[in-house]
Amino acid sequence: MISKEDVQYIAGLARIHLDQSESGKLTEDLEKILGYVGKLGDLDLKAVAPTSHAMALKNVFRNDEVRPSLDQKTVLTNAPEQLRGSFKVPQVIE
Amino acid sequence: MKIHELSACDLKSLLKDKKTTAPEIFQSCQDRISATNAKVNSFVRTTPDAGASAAGEFPFPIGIKDNMCVKGEEITCCSMILKGFRPTYDATVVEKLKNAGVPIAGITNMDEFAFGSSTENSCYGPARNPWNTGYVPGGSSGGSSAAVGANQITWALGSDTGGSIRQPAAFCGVVGVKPTYGRVSRYGLIAFASSLDQIGPITKTVEDAAALLKIIAGYDEKDSTSANLPVPDYAKALEKDIKGLRIGIPKEYFIEGMDPEVKEAVRATIEVLKKQGAEFVDISLPHTEYCVATYYIVATAEASSNLARYDGVRYGLRKTPPKQRKNPIVDMFEETRQAGFGAEAKRRIMLGTYVLSSGYYDAYYLRGLKTRTLIKKDFDEAFKELDAVIAPTSPTTAFKIGERTSDPLSMYLSDIYTISCNLSGIPGMSIPCGFSKAGLPIGLQIMTKAFDEEMMLRIGHHYQQKTDWHQQKADL
Repeated sequence: MISKEDVQYIAGLARIHLDQSESGKLTEDLEKILGYVGKLGDLDLKAVAPTSHAMALKNVFRNDEVRPSLDQKTVLTNAPEQLRGSFKVPQVIE
Repeated sequence: MKIHELSACDLKSLLKDKKTTAPEIFQSCQDRISATNAKVNSFVRTTPDAGASAAGEFPFPIGIKDNMCVKGEEITCCSMILKGFRPTYDATVVEKLKNAGVPIAGITNMDEFAFGSSTENSCYGPARNPWNTGYVPGGSSGGSSAAVGANQITWALGSDTGGSIRQPAAFCGVVGVKPTYGRVSRYGLIAFASSLDQIGPITKTVEDAAALLKIIAGYDEKDSTSANLPVPDYAKALEKDIKGLRIGIPKEYFIEGMDPEVKEAVRATIEVLKKQGAEFVDISLPHTEYCVATYYIVATAEASSNLARYDGVRYGLRKTPPKQRKNPIVDMFEETRQAGFGAEAKRRIMLGTYVLSSGYYDAYYLRGLKTRTLIKKDFDEAFKELDAVIAPTSPTTAFKIGERTSDPLSMYLSDIYTISCNLSGIPGMSIPCGFSKAGLPIGLQIMTKAFDEEMMLRIGHHYQQKTDWHQQKADL
């Protein structure tokens, strides 16, 4: 069972504000979907290793050398707000 | 036939005989888009000036799904949260198309962040099926598939995380290829689920898919999951016959609830391929029934993490609430994400956050990863004895617009036959194999072992030499 309080807690972790009607609908939807995916509980998985990736790739590194990258002006072109060459954000520390 | 209706390979011969020109082809497609886009809503933006860049062997207009970066163009994943975003670089696939002289005709509609199977979850409104505009084109690459099916462009690119190229290709009567994971670079593809996402061609014929895959495939050091393997000559692979090939028919893919017309069409394709010398074997992929559940754990977990970047700081939408709730910056994050994400995006982010959260990780996410191992093993075992596996692409033909929007689970179950390829990394392709009595296309899916796209294309191409489903034109 998933409660409305669980949904509000998860929304906080996911950094999404939900209004009352949204959290009500999401509680119903998640309840149903979690009920369905719960069928994996039927399987005996004790001896099975997890697969996070279908292709067996080891860590992929490149040489630690400086290469050209986007310049500061280009990086800031999509910024909602900017100030002196930086992304401007609302107050973080009191 | 009119120029905009022709396949790339047919256009190539016309060009060779000097019966048309690249600018004429580009213009013919732009005119077709202008005349029909109000009906299918497949393009969210067109790029009419790009025709000037047409050059090389395949200078034919292409549609790009709204989740691949094209430098300077607005690219939004059909989400309010990315409205106005203009990438500062090209995705590797876009760079490869530009280098090859394939001109971009425009940007195509999709489900927001590729979350959906119907292209109804788009901030630009739903795309529609060119065969009957009361029906969905499938999704999430519904815009790309509808555009090719409506003959607005020669070909298109889509992305496929759980069937998002193959299912809409089946619904729109076109060819859709999901290559092996790692075959095509994901650099510049806006991420949904990074262990599953793959870019691929949507075309009118298998021959065209082979040509387009050759252009976009290959190792890319900018994508650490890209496979460092040579790209085969796919056009050449089509020439070999299919005599003696062993093709598996998985019994779990012919289940109750499957449309009898789809079943009949797939059975008929088996007869065509048998006549060409292929041998069929009944097989079992025992963990098939767990694919959808596994996918909706793994894919949403990865999505919730990938979509954390949309926080109103560096690009896209920024919103602040009228009154302070928590503190100024958290309020900005939460208000931006509430206003910017649609209902399905929120649902998936919430589900993904839940299955990764403390106390539920072992019960859901870890179980999902372990089940993924079993699903992949089923295919590894099957391909020890087989050259390919065939199945329907989708259990039904296209459904009506609005029919499944109120029940997310019924929408998720429409991916039941396509998800296994993504979970196990193998390639899959949908090709047209018939029509329902109502006149809607039916798709056949061909799957092969990892990095054996040549086999998949070869079987599909031979099938198209004996059938004309792919030559039928939607009457718009």
